[in-house]
Amino acid sequence: MKKFITGNEAAAISAKLARVKVISAYPITPQTAIVEKLSEFVANGELDAEYMKVESEHSALSACVGAAATGVRTFTATSSQGLILMSEIMFVASGLRLPIVMTNANRSLSAPLSIWCDQQDSVTVRDSGWIQLYCENNQEIIDSTIQAFRIAEETLLPVMVCFDGYILSHTAEPVDVPKQDEVDKFLPPYKYPYSLDPEHPVTIGAVGVPEYYEEFRYMLQESVLESRDKILEVGRLFGKQFGREYGLIECYRNDDAEVVFVTMGSLSGSIRDIVDEYRDQGERVGFVKVRAFRPFPAKELVEALAHAKAVAVLEKDISLGATGALFLDLSGAFTNAKRAPLLLNFICGLGGRDVTETQIREAAKTAMNAAKTGEVKEVVQWLGLRETLVGLKP
Amino acid sequence: MIEIRFHGRGGQGAVTAARLLAEAAFLEGKHAQAFPFFGAERRGAPVLAFTRIDDKQIRTRTQVYEPDYVVVLDPLLPEAVDVASGIKQGGTIVLNSKKAVQFPHAKTAFVDASSVARETLGVPITNTAMLGALAKATGLVKLESLTETIKRYFSSKLSEKNVTAIKVAYERTRVAT
Repeated sequence: MKKFITGNEAAAISAKLARVKVISAYPITPQTAIVEKLSEFVANGELDAEYMKVESEHSALSACVGAAATGVRTFTATSSQGLILMSEIMFVASGLRLPIVMTNANRSLSAPLSIWCDQQDSVTVRDSGWIQLYCENNQEIIDSTIQAFRIAEETLLPVMVCFDGYILSHTAEPVDVPKQDEVDKFLPPYKYPYSLDPEHPVTIGAVGVPEYYEEFRYMLQESVLESRDKILEVGRLFGKQFGREYGLIECYRNDDAEVVFVTMGSLSGSIRDIVDEYRDQGERVGFVKVRAFRPFPAKELVEALAHAKAVAVLEKDISLGATGALFLDLSGAFTNAKRAPLLLNFICGLGGRDVTETQIREAAKTAMNAAKTGEVKEVVQWLGLRETLVGLKP
Repeated sequence: MIEIRFHGRGGQGAVTAARLLAEAAFLEGKHAQAFPFFGAERRGAPVLAFTRIDDKQIRTRTQVYEPDYVVVLDPLLPEAVDVASGIKQGGTIVLNSKKAVQFPHAKTAFVDASSVARETLGVPITNTAMLGALAKATGLVKLESLTETIKRYFSSKLSEKNVTAIKVAYERTRVAT
């Protein structure tokens, strides 16, 4: 049934549809509405779950780790500083192979203090062993969160569903909300194979001495890499049942494109409009959306982009001292490739700066020029930067 | 695509107005999107909210820079904020005002929404009254779609009062000549 809801409402509804048993979260803008809605569902009896109030995000995820270890479906939500405060426990959750699902409303990091959108928060925890899925719109929030539980439980890996704070979290739009019995069919009751049970004691979280630690890390890496197949399988099954199929990446008017945009998250929508605009003018411009950032879909991206002359990676994060994180990974994916396009990186939309159509066209023009001349003058450029404000020394 | 910008002060319900309008258009089978200006809203401070309406799926996520219609919820805001900023040639500005106000390059319509709100709701929250004014001035959505949306959004007692606010404002709205 189509409902007119915000991204935060979509996230809360998906956790309810998944019949989560334990929720522990701490409020932080712009995701607060998710946990408010969920506590309402629990309070009025719509959702049979334990809602654990805690004093910080560090405790919220710690509570989720404990709950998940008892073998119940566990959910949390956060943003920005909250995610970074959780980061210590994020590595614990993946190392212990606990299939927790988290939604993250993407928001920038302090300092300067900013409550607005960029993707620095989730990008910063990309090495934590959590699967990361990014959403383009509110429909994808509900679909990806439902899929996230199945992916998590069938890979024994935690999954975070990321969506742009405010731009999606606070935007209301039509969303097809799946029926409860359909979601029940897709997500049967969850059974964790190694749950804490006083009758059958096990140790969870033992020391990994040097003779063993490396093997554990290797196995975790193998599992995260292999989760690509599960994401694809679950995306296909979801498509079969609900009519909307999902993969690791999505290509848009890309088959014969010479210049291709790459991004993740809500910027995808604005880029599609600009791609159509260029196509109407006869320009061969295309777009590839990265849905799964971890595991990184290196093979799919190389296949999708090998034919291009220039690729413009637009991203709302910066790995300070290097380039944008998505660009780093994409460059790495082309290591030893027989053929590689010119790669350009555009940093944009930091701390809530609006990414305008003019900015996207500017990136397209720069990339088209590179395609024509075969040369990249500046690898990393910042869109919408106000030059007059730059240059002040600390 | 039609873009609408709402000007209000924190507490007057501009964000809710944008959402109610979008949902009313959605009920009429159109595609719609509603979002606040992503600021740190607080009671009394000037706030913005936006609605987009189209016949096809709305994909863009940029802010609205050139609205077709502007709705101003607070009678004193035009003195503090450039409410006509970026409005399309021939666009309409709908104002909470006791008398007609002129703007270059834009049509205007007005209603004393503060009085309507006080009479019908008992509080000077003008968002629903101004939606009635917008419907009258532009025909963007049907009055019935707005009232249906209100009924879905508010509790029964509140929705009844707000439906009255919309209807009264609709009747009293005048297009400036």
